[in-house]
Amino acid sequence: MRFQLTEDQTALRRATRDLLERRFGERERRAAAGGGSLDRALWRTLGDAGFFALCLPERDGGVGLGFPEAVLVFEEAGRALLTGPLIATLRAAGEVPGAASGETVVAAADGWTVEWLAAADVARPDTADAVAVRSVDPLTPLHRVARAARVDPVAVLLTAAEQLGTAVRVCELAVQHARTREQFGRPIGAFQAVQHLCAGLLVRAETARAAVYAAAVTGARTDIAAARLLADEAAVDGARDCLQVHGGMGFTWESEVHLHLKRAWVRAGRGGGGAAAEEALAAALTA
Amino acid sequence: MDLSHTPEDEEFRARLRAWLATALPVLPPPPDPADWPARRARDLGWQRALYDAGYGELHWDASPTTRLIFLEETEAAGAPYVGANFVGLLHAGPTIAAEGTDGQRRRWLPPILRGEEVWCQGFSEPGAGSDLASLRTRARRDGDHYVVDGSKIWTSHAEVADWCELLVRTDPDAPRHRGISWLAMPMDAPGVTVRPLRTLAGSAEFAEVFLDGVRIPVANRVGAENDGWRVTMVTLSFERGTAFVGEVVACRRVLRELAAAARRDGRWDDAVLRRRLGRLNAEFLALWRLTQWNVSEAAAGGGVPGVGGSVFKLRYSHARQDLYDAAADVLGPGALDLDSPWVLDRLSSLSYTIAAGTSQIQRTIVAERMLGLPRGR
Ligand SMILES: Cc1cc2nc3c(=O)[nH]c(=O)nc-3n(C[C@H](O)[C@H](O)[C@H](O)COP(=O)(O)OP(=O)(O)OC[C@H]3O[C@@H](n4cnc5c(N)ncnc54)[C@H](O)[C@@H]3O)c2cc1C
Repeated sequence: MRFQLTEDQTALRRATRDLLERRFGERERRAAAGGGSLDRALWRTLGDAGFFALCLPERDGGVGLGFPEAVLVFEEAGRALLTGPLIATLRAAGEVPGAASGETVVAAADGWTVEWLAAADVARPDTADAVAVRSVDPLTPLHRVARAARVDPVAVLLTAAEQLGTAVRVCELAVQHARTREQFGRPIGAFQAVQHLCAGLLVRAETARAAVYAAAVTGARTDIAAARLLADEAAVDGARDCLQVHGGMGFTWESEVHLHLKRAWVRAGRGGGGAAAEEALAAALTA
Repeated sequence: MDLSHTPEDEEFRARLRAWLATALPVLPPPPDPADWPARRARDLGWQRALYDAGYGELHWDASPTTRLIFLEETEAAGAPYVGANFVGLLHAGPTIAAEGTDGQRRRWLPPILRGEEVWCQGFSEPGAGSDLASLRTRARRDGDHYVVDGSKIWTSHAEVADWCELLVRTDPDAPRHRGISWLAMPMDAPGVTVRPLRTLAGSAEFAEVFLDGVRIPVANRVGAENDGWRVTMVTLSFERGTAFVGEVVACRRVLRELAAAARRDGRWDDAVLRRRLGRLNAEFLALWRLTQWNVSEAAAGGGVPGVGGSVFKLRYSHARQDLYDAAADVLGPGALDLDSPWVLDRLSSLSYTIAAGTSQIQRTIVAERMLGLPRGR
């Protein structure tokens, strides 16, 4: 049993982080937050890097990697606040022409919402009755559908990975701020109330990490459901505590923190929220 | 990322499982929780049975993954808990194994493994709880002995212990962390008085221990004189790192029993209760995965668990309390009846956020040592 990352997996994570830092840094993120249009050039770059073809078998022109690798890549995407219907397009690779290469952008109804519908070339399944809403997340245009779409367990797993990325990132942001911001003549991180908020951030993130990685390894329904619940909690509660640590700065549009919280909310709503996962895990107890 | 075990480990699992299937049915029923001598006898007897079957050494000689399988299988089969052997097997034993001399290992380890001697932990004092380094129990050198005066408190299993891992101050003038030594004290030494304390669960699980001119051979010191704090840190990392592994498996079993009970009496139709149990299932599954993560890291890093144990301990102790609060929900009015199942467990779960370092202390450790935040105070 070697649960830790292999060297290849560590390298993949590093390469993904480097790519996203280069192509989706603060400047690109700010531009995206202004408009709501999808950066097609970035999408093609992701396609060229194999982002959407990760899990497609090599004989079908894919990268042929497993869920553990996909989870690491989506953790990085979550951390970077990367925009666009990433999971829908990855799931369409091999089925919708051009999805794997990043030429075709695919949106999908997931639970009660569709993300990035207007910007997509293809929408799956039928989204004819979708109604645009004013999205709470400035980086994710949203539509609502009348009937809840079927939930795809792989999408749930990859969403959990994105939430993990958020949880880890907001922990880092909170710790950075707590180390540098001074009040009463010392860094606020020396105050125990702040320390304990930060400790809670780490505990939730690391527990979620174990659950998400294990779900990627086993692919089991119960593991995926657990990963989802733990990662939603780590991302949403983590972002809120991170906001608290930032004080007034955390309440500004300027700061990165609210973007993490809002995105975490959007993801937590995918698949109709966590209720189904709780029910599945309850049912598993009596199986 | 790989959660599969080697063929050797799987073979070990199969052998152990087969043995448990024969050993457990012939075990006498558990004694009355208030009957300490009977509890001691049972706990030691079980350790002896493990030893005779070749499983006695697993707590410190096996690879972390083999040990994980051992704890997983014994718990899953409903084998007795380590009980009175807790300190010997999971705490003092590993410390002596890591820090003791050859002679000390030969003297103290075999009787622990063979289920012959019980150990207790004399760290906390009335004036030194969370602030353990402020301990005042004094040891003065007198030839080849220390003469010890002071008192300890909250000493679990002191009533039935043969030995005590004792922290004493050997240099009162040194900075607080540098004047402490770790001694093995025989509990029958003249000058040792044990006064049982009754816990909120009604039984006497721990005691006060008064030390009045107790003579302890210098040869009973593990580690160098005044180096006891470092030795203690080794001990605490064991306590927080691996000591609770089996309990996570046990909690997952309790959760299934709760679901079965809720189904029997119709409470399962209550969506709020059902989803609460579902969420707890996620919680304990995640804690199990976190355990595997920590064990895998320990296996890669040489065996001694790291500060990551604090993350686990924090999360687990609260989850355990949530579990038994949910049990009370399942029981309804039965939760107020001491004869209902889980009610005593609910009471003892209250100690988990206090014993082995309170949750507040653990959070400070996580913040300062793992996240590198500036030290408070
Ligand atoms: C069931 C049980 C079994 C035990 N068994 C043993 C044993 O076998 N051997 C042994 O040596 N000890 C044992 N202990 C003792 C245990 O380790 C101590 O109770 C624990 O370390 C807390 O110390 P205290 O009780 O003095 O509480 P205190 O240290 O007085 O703490 C009281 C409260 O203040 C908080 N607090 C204290 N300092 C700080 C701080 N710096 N920052 C923030 N909050 C703080 C604590 O979190 C707690 O909420 C046992 C305890 C229990 C409950």
